[in-house]
Amino acid sequence: MSTRAKEVIATILIVAFFLSAYFFFPKPLNFSPTVSTIIIIIMALTFVIIGILTVRGRFIERRIVFVYVGVALTLPFFMQFDLAVPISPEVQSAYDELTKLPPGSKILAAFDYDPPSEPELQPMADAFMTYCFTHNIEVIIMGLWPQGPQQANQAIEAAFEAKPELRDKITYGVDYVNLGFQSGNEFVILRMGESFKAMFPADIYGTPYDSIPILKNVKNYSNIDYCMNFSAGKPGTQEWVQGAVDRFALRMSAGNTAVQAPMIYPFLQAGQIDGLMGGMAGAAEFEKLTGYTGKASTYIKSQSFAHIVVIVFIIVGNMAFLRGKTRKQR
Amino acid sequence: MKREIPLAITFIVGTIFAVAYFIPHYPFNQFENWFNDWFAIVAAFAIWLGALNLIRISAMKIFRKKVDILHSSLIILSFLIMVFFGFYDGFSGLIADPPFSYRDAGTGFDWLYEYVYSSLSATMFALLAFFVASASYRAFRARNFEATLLLLAGFLVMLGRVPVGDLLTQWLPRDYQLSQWANWIMNVPNIAGQRAIMIGIALGLVSTSLRIILGLERAYLGGD
Repeated sequence: MSTRAKEVIATILIVAFFLSAYFFFPKPLNFSPTVSTIIIIIMALTFVIIGILTVRGRFIERRIVFVYVGVALTLPFFMQFDLAVPISPEVQSAYDELTKLPPGSKILAAFDYDPPSEPELQPMADAFMTYCFTHNIEVIIMGLWPQGPQQANQAIEAAFEAKPELRDKITYGVDYVNLGFQSGNEFVILRMGESFKAMFPADIYGTPYDSIPILKNVKNYSNIDYCMNFSAGKPGTQEWVQGAVDRFALRMSAGNTAVQAPMIYPFLQAGQIDGLMGGMAGAAEFEKLTGYTGKASTYIKSQSFAHIVVIVFIIVGNMAFLRGKTRKQR
Repeated sequence: MKREIPLAITFIVGTIFAVAYFIPHYPFNQFENWFNDWFAIVAAFAIWLGALNLIRISAMKIFRKKVDILHSSLIILSFLIMVFFGFYDGFSGLIADPPFSYRDAGTGFDWLYEYVYSSLSATMFALLAFFVASASYRAFRARNFEATLLLLAGFLVMLGRVPVGDLLTQWLPRDYQLSQWANWIMNVPNIAGQRAIMIGIALGLVSTSLRIILGLERAYLGGD
């Protein structure tokens, strides 16, 4: 049978499995602790077999690795267990700065990411928006990425879904505003230091800047109490630090993807940003601190499992490598 | 003149930006504001240029080169559908009372964005997890001292950044649990490395910028 045919059969089987699961499995599908333990033991045993095979010089196929990662990512969704999320100092610091803001404070929320980074950054944004709305903090939304303002809208919807009473309490234009996207990258940040209105003459509904109540006394960064940046790359946190924090003394915290977060640590240590939420782990910690039960608290379990699977594969691969090295030396 | 005018613009704008950073007062701040506004306008045109270029290249593949016809057609079709719903919802929202944005929940554009674009983008990005695992199994080896250090740091950070790390080491005192090791790696060796890279990049940027402003580096003009 050709590889192409095998792939088509595998795809049909996967689709058939998910369709049958959708129609016939009970909802929500939850494994009992016993079943969960049995599945984990079976996985561990198969890892031993893979280890023996690899040490003997027979590397398993790439597709089997994919299956293990897939299983590790999906199984935790059906398992009944809790993982205590330890709070890192940088996320604690970001949260502490938010708690210091009195009701009525104005916060600039820069959404500089797009859907590929949504699984990591959206949970932070959802928790952040819910926190601001429940604590009467006024939010001015903008984006240096075209998709940013749309992601902000999703965060607002998530906040309203989490706390339905907010839908009546929170008014657009008074408690929050979405200024939309502006092209120009870091030059937008620099220009906003002089005038927000120059870069955002109207909000996403076309309402003129001067007619929006929340922006009445907002000319530039000096009228903003705090800034929260959700960033997946450039322009992002680094540009905000260089353009707004260093030049205009804006105070800010940031939420970044796990890939980008290590590059932001120097700014954190230098005190240029107050706090940093890095990747899914940062999002889960922030959710825990704000008391918002969102997706990150669930996703972090999958990430934990996937990390373990990757580490086991690396160990197995290295065992084979070291054994081969020892044989050559003999 | 095709070369002299761009060189003059680069020199004037670059010099004013550099001076305005250190002397943020009139007239330099005014010049800087003008140039920032201009940059935003030019960048907006660049977005249009990018979109039109995408269409042109895809159309050329379909009609001239006859390659990747299915993929190129899908690109053009997807582009046109998003543009149609963007404009349709945008104009409908402007004349509606109360007005709404094409980005608001419930619009066709938002539906496509959330249930097609977001899902597909996240899926593409998620594929990385599978390839990283496979590549790690086959290529991440402790070949020498440096590679072993990298491997160990990777282990500690991967386990320490997820809750399971502390679960595995909960029998240890708090300061020795995996999350603390991960924090130390991120805050000490990582920062040292990142700073070295950032300083190197900054020095390179300064020297390249100076060469461009002074007209010594002309590759950006194209041609010879």
